[in-house]
Amino acid sequence: MDVNWFSADYLPWLIIAFPLLSFLLIVLVTNRHVVLSQTVALVGIGIAWLLSMLLFAKTVWLTDKELGHEVFGSQLDWLKLGPQTFRLGVLVDPLTAYMLLMVPLACLLIFIYSLGYMRGDPHNSRFFAYLSLFAGAMLTLVLADNLLLLFIGWEVMGFCSYSLIGFWFHKKSAMQAGVKAFMTTRVADVLMLVGIGYLFLEARTLNFRDILYNEEMLKMLVEKDAVIFGGSVAALVSVLLIIGTIGKSSQFPLHTWLPDAMEGPTPVSAMIHAATMVSAGVYLIVRVFPLLSAGADFHHFDYNTPMYLMGIVGSVTALGAAVLAVGQNDIKRILAYSTISQLGYMVAALGIGAWVAAAFHLVNHAFFKALLFMASGSVIHAMEHGEHHAHEHGHPHEHHEEPDGLVMDYCAPPNDVQRMGGLIHRLPVTAITMAIGGLSLAGFPLVTAGFWSKDEIIAEAWHGMSESPFPLFVLLMLITAAALTAFYTARMWFLTFWGRPRTPAAQYATPGSLRKQWVVWWNRRSWSKDYKLMQEPVSPRDRLSFGQMEFPLVVLAFLAITAGFIGMPADLVGKNPLHGFLAGTLLEYPPAIDFNFAPMLLSMVIALGGLGLGWWVYGRRPVQAGQPDPTQVALGPGIWATLQNRFYIDILYRRYLLQPVERFAERVVIQAIDRETIDGVLETIAETFTWLGEAFKRFNTVVIDGTVDGICAAIGNFAAWFRQVQTGRVQQYLLLVTLALLAISTLFLIQVR
Amino acid sequence: MVITFSGVLTGILLTPVIGALIILLLKKEAKEQARIIAAMSTGIALLLALFVFFGYSVDEANAVNGDGGTYFAFEDHIKWVEAVGISWHLGVDGISAPMVLLTAIAGFTGVLISWGIEDRTREFMAFFLLLVAGVFGVFMAVDLFVLFFFYELAIFPMYFLIVIWGWVQTRQYAAMKLTLYILVGSVFALIGLLALYFKAGEATGVYSFDFVDLHAAAKAGVFDKPFSSAWSAATTAKLWFPIVFLGFGVLAGVWPFHNWSPDGHVAAPTAVSMIHAGVLMKLGAFAALRVGVQLMPEGARVHLPWIVLLTLINVVYGALIAMRQRDFKYVIGFSSVSHMGLVSMGFATMNVTGMTGAGLQMFSHGVMTALFFACVGMVYDRAHTRDIPSLGGFVQKMPWVAVAFIVGGLVSMGMPGLSGFVAEFPIFVGLWDGPNFDPSPSWLTGSFNYYGLIAVIAALGIIVTAAYVLRVVGQVFFGEFNAERFPHISAITIYDKVALAFLVFWLVLLGVYPRLMAPMIESGVRPIVAMLGG
Repeated sequence: MDVNWFSADYLPWLIIAFPLLSFLLIVLVTNRHVVLSQTVALVGIGIAWLLSMLLFAKTVWLTDKELGHEVFGSQLDWLKLGPQTFRLGVLVDPLTAYMLLMVPLACLLIFIYSLGYMRGDPHNSRFFAYLSLFAGAMLTLVLADNLLLLFIGWEVMGFCSYSLIGFWFHKKSAMQAGVKAFMTTRVADVLMLVGIGYLFLEARTLNFRDILYNEEMLKMLVEKDAVIFGGSVAALVSVLLIIGTIGKSSQFPLHTWLPDAMEGPTPVSAMIHAATMVSAGVYLIVRVFPLLSAGADFHHFDYNTPMYLMGIVGSVTALGAAVLAVGQNDIKRILAYSTISQLGYMVAALGIGAWVAAAFHLVNHAFFKALLFMASGSVIHAMEHGEHHAHEHGHPHEHHEEPDGLVMDYCAPPNDVQRMGGLIHRLPVTAITMAIGGLSLAGFPLVTAGFWSKDEIIAEAWHGMSESPFPLFVLLMLITAAALTAFYTARMWFLTFWGRPRTPAAQYATPGSLRKQWVVWWNRRSWSKDYKLMQEPVSPRDRLSFGQMEFPLVVLAFLAITAGFIGMPADLVGKNPLHGFLAGTLLEYPPAIDFNFAPMLLSMVIALGGLGLGWWVYGRRPVQAGQPDPTQVALGPGIWATLQNRFYIDILYRRYLLQPVERFAERVVIQAIDRETIDGVLETIAETFTWLGEAFKRFNTVVIDGTVDGICAAIGNFAAWFRQVQTGRVQQYLLLVTLALLAISTLFLIQVR
Repeated sequence: MVITFSGVLTGILLTPVIGALIILLLKKEAKEQARIIAAMSTGIALLLALFVFFGYSVDEANAVNGDGGTYFAFEDHIKWVEAVGISWHLGVDGISAPMVLLTAIAGFTGVLISWGIEDRTREFMAFFLLLVAGVFGVFMAVDLFVLFFFYELAIFPMYFLIVIWGWVQTRQYAAMKLTLYILVGSVFALIGLLALYFKAGEATGVYSFDFVDLHAAAKAGVFDKPFSSAWSAATTAKLWFPIVFLGFGVLAGVWPFHNWSPDGHVAAPTAVSMIHAGVLMKLGAFAALRVGVQLMPEGARVHLPWIVLLTLINVVYGALIAMRQRDFKYVIGFSSVSHMGLVSMGFATMNVTGMTGAGLQMFSHGVMTALFFACVGMVYDRAHTRDIPSLGGFVQKMPWVAVAFIVGGLVSMGMPGLSGFVAEFPIFVGLWDGPNFDPSPSWLTGSFNYYGLIAVIAALGIIVTAAYVLRVVGQVFFGEFNAERFPHISAITIYDKVALAFLVFWLVLLGVYPRLMAPMIESGVRPIVAMLGG
């Protein structure tokens, strides 16, 4: 076979190979040299990014006609078993190309950020090894041309997330969070694997192009009845695949692991929430959408079971998580719930058939969420330093008892937004970039990426609203969630950066800024009294490390604005490049809906309204030290506690799912069956035989031995008694002889008679 | 009678025996020499096993089996006791060739791991080599008398190895339990085998224990005739299949005959546990396949559909018990019960995919569990406790062991890219597919997918597997290290490292490149499935 590795057909293999190669190199060779490991990791992901860009450019240059029909790809046989062959292959079509625009870039920026964030950690090599594996697995998943390879990437990511969430393994809560994430997604993964296996048996292939772009195949799958639960094969497989997504993308009711995943280092959170893990879940359902929607004519508002499932799960998650995000104080946890909520948007969008919009929001969300997470990491870093400096400046060290293990409503002090305030003076770059990310998340009209993608989803729901109750339901849920999103974003940002510092830690939070001038310039124009601290020498290494942390923020802030412009409605700007580009992926060209000003206006009003309310509550009069949070006051202690405890869902799971299984294992399986029944039966048998043996032993000694011994003894006894006859006295003998003679003669006499 | 003798297999079999004899001739103090000789003899056996593995021709096997023959590679066939039809007949087919390799791997690494044994080293190594020889013999025997001979021979050194070098607290009990269970099981299997021997002899006039002859008789339908004229419905195959299958199944840990295994695993010294769980349990599965399914396909068709329920219990039940164990080694012991369930389950699918998966699982689980027991042994030797809650943080002291254990854990939970996935995925696919023919009870056919349901439930058992693996990893290797309780945790030796790396190597190799083994196993499975009616 003539393989040209640099042709577009084989290039994807190289993209996958480089991060995986870095992983191997770090594990096997460089694990003792931190700097070398970091370099290896960075080079690996850097090359993957460059090659991805190359591939992306190649895809873009294809004409519209070629797109979707001519895809890049190559395959190899992996495992031949009986009648079937499992093949592994790569595929680049417009959807993959669009993902390639986001995934390697986001990964690269997270890697750079990690250089700064993880500086000084003794286990840096391990960290970068996992990150490389994580990135490699995600790229595998994105480039896979079949469900099997996709699943391989999917599972490897599950393992990476487990290892990285539990990266600080000496912390019990981190370990527990890792296990929780792994186990929760695992439950979904196994069901998904069952679905993949079933699909394979029916279709005899797992290749995307053979299944998804093959009308006969789809028709066959829709028309054939499934083995269980009624419904068609396509519906059953779809539901199982969606369950996989529900686990991986943290949708209700399997969403509980994501907020706890914050136990990992912040770059990991960015990795999980933006570039990889949760995006993978949505990517899966975007990818297999033709199968999920098979048999449904959603352009005419006829939906099928999988679509209803996605719509309901997605919109419930979007709203529920947005409500929870309002009631959190941990900055990372606010963002975590916001991720869950935004993923709900994408899933719900697919439920109503807004395929392009879902993909669009997926990529935009990745950019601004990576930005928000890394910005929050920089805030937390600064707060940790601030605590330290505050101590140096004579403030007493506050002692916080860390809970043993995961606790629902515990908030680590450096993460607590209530303990921040005024950080814009200390971290100007972070504050501004985070504001941009926040605005994008809230959907600030016209200039942010988040607005355009969210608007497209809402517009699609609006479009179907009058025809069917289902899109109306989705619409209502999503706009309510959008209003809450804008509000909690504003709350988070104002509490963190606005007003006066509420604790010494916030007051002394180290800017860790690259340029002192920047800070000085900013502070000259402001009312900051803590100017002096700025003059503190920052060591060159600190400077570098904060530079490494802020550079990605700036790049992502740029993307959080511009990434949306490629998908503006065609009627507004003449052409929607993204729509035309992605549409080539689908068999049937998705019609762009007519542009309507009403939903766009609605989106604007909702976003501005939420942000405005946030400003009214937190921006107009910033919360002072010691003053309670207005939201907490307004909601009342009962609701607040409910939100802090995440609607008590985790506790319910623990009490009604985990503990019963453990009890079942303990009491029924171990006690009742294994010990009592099986070992019990054996013991009974053993005891029966022992008893029988004992009985036989007794029988042996008493009856058999008794008989035999008795005979012997009787003879002996008789002999002993008879022996007494021989006394040695002659008179006695004479007497006996006389008696004997008498007896004999008597006998004779009787006989004669 | 054709006499062929390639000598390779006999060589593999004799190498450990000769090693054992030489060791017994050594002086009592010559511990190091005993170790070196043991390592050398298992090493030579390993090289020969690799030669057999890579020399096995899949194409030739498929060609011969396709023509209705019975293919064995590297045959050694000479007359032995002609009067009763016993011959020294060794050979490997597609299923047993990987098993021979597995035995060699486990034997070689087992010797390396036992390097630190100071108590009666000479005797230990000699017994260990005899054990390995016995296991080799079962996998290579074509003559079923020879198979039986080695089956019993493998159990005998096991008893002494456990009683003398085992864990003081339970070794008496466990060794006795193990021996009795297996002996009782094998007695039933032996009676079944004799029934086949006489039935085939009556029908063909040639009394022979040779598998090839018995297989020919089975193909001719000799065992499908009523066993006794008194009861015409009970054919030989239907009557004796469950007895033979479950008789050997005792050694494969089929529920409810599994209880000897966790106790035995725990009481045995590390290297013996490795052979024990890694290879010995496969002996049962392999013999059940060879004597049971291959000779009595009609019985398999009737009985495996209910036996699959037992294996399902194995999978879920073993995993649940493993989840609740406090003793590190018992966790692994019960995990073997669970994973061996998947092997029998793969047999019960009675199609090429599922049975090939079962063959892969035998190899994968063998290496994996040997790795597990090696890791447990290394931790226990240093910590002197296996109580999971009181361990913790051992990754800092023993990073090699932690990494190896995690790899093993990932294999056991079926992580793609490692051998566990390659083995388990086909089993589940095969299970969902079900047998290629209609199983005899009518309620199994029709719209209700009986096998599919079992696949789903078994798949849920895999979740529990993940739970107990993560629990052990989290509590033993991660978490806080208790420096007061464990002040002197010495590093593992170079021998240990070599053994761990070698085992991990196979798990990764098979996971990434399953074509190394899958076609070979398939070539062995194909004629069986053909006889089962696929």
